[in-house]
Amino acid sequence: MTEFLMPSLGADMEAGTLVEWKKKPGDQLKPGDIIAEVETQKGLIEIEVFEAGVLEEYLIEEGDKVPVGAPMAKLRSEGTPEKIPEKDSETHPIQEKEQVAESEAPVPTASISKERPSEDISSEEKDSEEKPRIKASPLARSIAEKNNVDITGITGTGEGGAITKADVEQAMAGKKELPKPSPETATEKDTMEKEAESETPSKQVMESPAPSSKHGQQESIRAAVAAAMSRSNRDIPHYYLEKKIDMLAAMNWLKETNRQREISGRLLPAVLFIKAVAKAIDSAPALNAVWDNGLQLKNEVNIGFVVSLRAGGLLVPAIRNADTKSPEEIMVALSDLITRARALKLRSSELSESTITITSIGENGADKVFGVIYPPQVAIIGFGSIVNEPLVHDGMLAIRPVLHVTLAGDHRATDGLTGSRFLEALNNHLQNPEKL
Amino acid sequence: MSELIKITYREALKAGIREALLNDDRVFLMGEDVGRYGGAFAVSKGLLKEFGEDRIMDVPLSEAGFVGAGIGASLAGVKPIVEVMTVNFALLPMDQIANNAATLLHMSGGQLNVPVVIRMSAGIGKQLAAQHSHSWEPLFAHIPGLIVVSVGTHEDARGMLHSALNSPDPVIIFEYTSMLNMEAEIPTDSGSTDISRAKVRREGKDISIITYGIGVYKALEAAKRLSEKGIDAEVIDLRVLRPLDEACFLKSVSKTHRALLVEEAWSTINVSSEVSARIMEKAFYELDAPVKRLGGIEVPIPYPLHLENASVPQVEDIENAVIKILRP
Repeated sequence: MTEFLMPSLGADMEAGTLVEWKKKPGDQLKPGDIIAEVETQKGLIEIEVFEAGVLEEYLIEEGDKVPVGAPMAKLRSEGTPEKIPEKDSETHPIQEKEQVAESEAPVPTASISKERPSEDISSEEKDSEEKPRIKASPLARSIAEKNNVDITGITGTGEGGAITKADVEQAMAGKKELPKPSPETATEKDTMEKEAESETPSKQVMESPAPSSKHGQQESIRAAVAAAMSRSNRDIPHYYLEKKIDMLAAMNWLKETNRQREISGRLLPAVLFIKAVAKAIDSAPALNAVWDNGLQLKNEVNIGFVVSLRAGGLLVPAIRNADTKSPEEIMVALSDLITRARALKLRSSELSESTITITSIGENGADKVFGVIYPPQVAIIGFGSIVNEPLVHDGMLAIRPVLHVTLAGDHRATDGLTGSRFLEALNNHLQNPEKL
Repeated sequence: MSELIKITYREALKAGIREALLNDDRVFLMGEDVGRYGGAFAVSKGLLKEFGEDRIMDVPLSEAGFVGAGIGASLAGVKPIVEVMTVNFALLPMDQIANNAATLLHMSGGQLNVPVVIRMSAGIGKQLAAQHSHSWEPLFAHIPGLIVVSVGTHEDARGMLHSALNSPDPVIIFEYTSMLNMEAEIPTDSGSTDISRAKVRREGKDISIITYGIGVYKALEAAKRLSEKGIDAEVIDLRVLRPLDEACFLKSVSKTHRALLVEEAWSTINVSSEVSARIMEKAFYELDAPVKRLGGIEVPIPYPLHLENASVPQVEDIENAVIKILRP
């Protein structure tokens, strides 16, 4: 039996709110299955499972906000037998404890109790047939009861997400001034709840801080960006390098290859950037890494691509294993990611697994961009817009499409020499686009 | 307002003994080294000269013997203050205390009460290592027939003995060695301590820190630091560990809805265990968070200072535990 935990979707995430379970107890799970949708500062994220098994039991309910690392559900891994009732019930607890004590404690120290009083065996009596029990303090329950408040939808802020007196009081206050959800934000869940509200008026109380109002989400994305960037600027000593790259060969190749493609299959320059970065990492592997009490190189090359949201803020979904993908595959992945990022519908792994970041200005924007590293990564590559500039070529002054590429590196992790080697390799790859 | 005097915990204890000796000539002090040596911790220094050998009595190193003698003397109508040098030697006279002092009223059908007072110094924090760093308060508080009190403040250091001597039942007083040199201001007329009542040492509305003995000043210091963080903690000095003044802490918990229980004794089956159980039984519906205990780590108390400090709750531990309860 394993517990499925609230994943961390980036260094800046502290907690997530379960919006919807996508699997039911008893469902078979295989790696990659979406088990739930979780609301975070970065929007609505689909959470994947990474091991095969059976969903045994929910430990939190829809609407619950829990910290990173908190158990969300129990999974039974494949091969282990179904839950044996005695294990959890009270039939032989004493015998079991004694066995544990015997096997764990060597004789001389047996007199010293190693166990600390256990932190939290708390209220849940696990009864698989009943709904998961709601954690609420006795005081919160009695206040709710007196005031006829349904606690099922209240988000607890107490220990382990328990509902406290303050939460019930807030829910009661919210009941009076609950804003009507605007039609564009009404999701399926809202609709369901509206139906429920008409049956039991008190249900309205539970949704007081409507979790997925779009405005609130934008604000929280802003806050997440603010936190990550502040941390980066505070903790990471950045160094900056810049390289001017002649893009004539690459642009010609793109024009040529796109002529032969369906409109939907055409490649963007960004695809070349991503692929070239992935290949250039071979020359400077130390840039594909995280800094966590020291440099930790990453084996996979997962390239985070900064997607700006129209309403402000940004997300950095990853294109996984970009070094092994063809440009066509990268194009497919990129357009899928951008679409879903703008709809705030990304998967957990896509937000947490990038190992190096690319930020690209696109057409007709600033000439250069100097990035701020997304911690705990150690480098960010900035691509300006491609503009025609006078350039010395073959001893002659020529007008060529020029790209200004910058690299911001974490000086704790690498030095300018590494970064310079990387930019040189990047240039070489972009001069030979057909080999990408 | 009455006048304040600055006094050490040691001086306060001595003042209590001296006042008792002056007030009632049936009162006398007996214990190892209390006379010529002036007490192992200099609490009774000078009293032999003032009151003479009949009232300040050195006894042989035989706890079972002299505590038994004290119990006998109290039965005969005098008022002994028996000093057991430290709580660490208190297991030797335990038979006298548990089997004679605590039971005779019952065994005699109410004819023989045992008004003995037994003082012992206790507490951790003097680098005395495992065999001399015991917190046996819970052990004594377990025994019906005894009154068990704990001296957590300077006021009580002076005022508790008087009430203990007036009790018709055997009273065990725990005093704390590590506080002897601490200075504090107390009113000159602080008077005797009501040993049937716990005391709210600091009012607060967010959480009740319930403690005794050394824990009192630590909790007060933690409460002071917490107030700078916007947390208003109430501090309760249990003062009497048997019979517990549950009305006091139940009232407090009903107000703050949260409780942290602090003591030096090992956590398993200590005084906090009992306090916690009573809160569950009688104030369950007032609780807004689980009751938390902060007790001694369950090891023989180590000799090195840093390990000794780590083995019992410190001010920072109390502070952190409160924050964890209030802002999980």
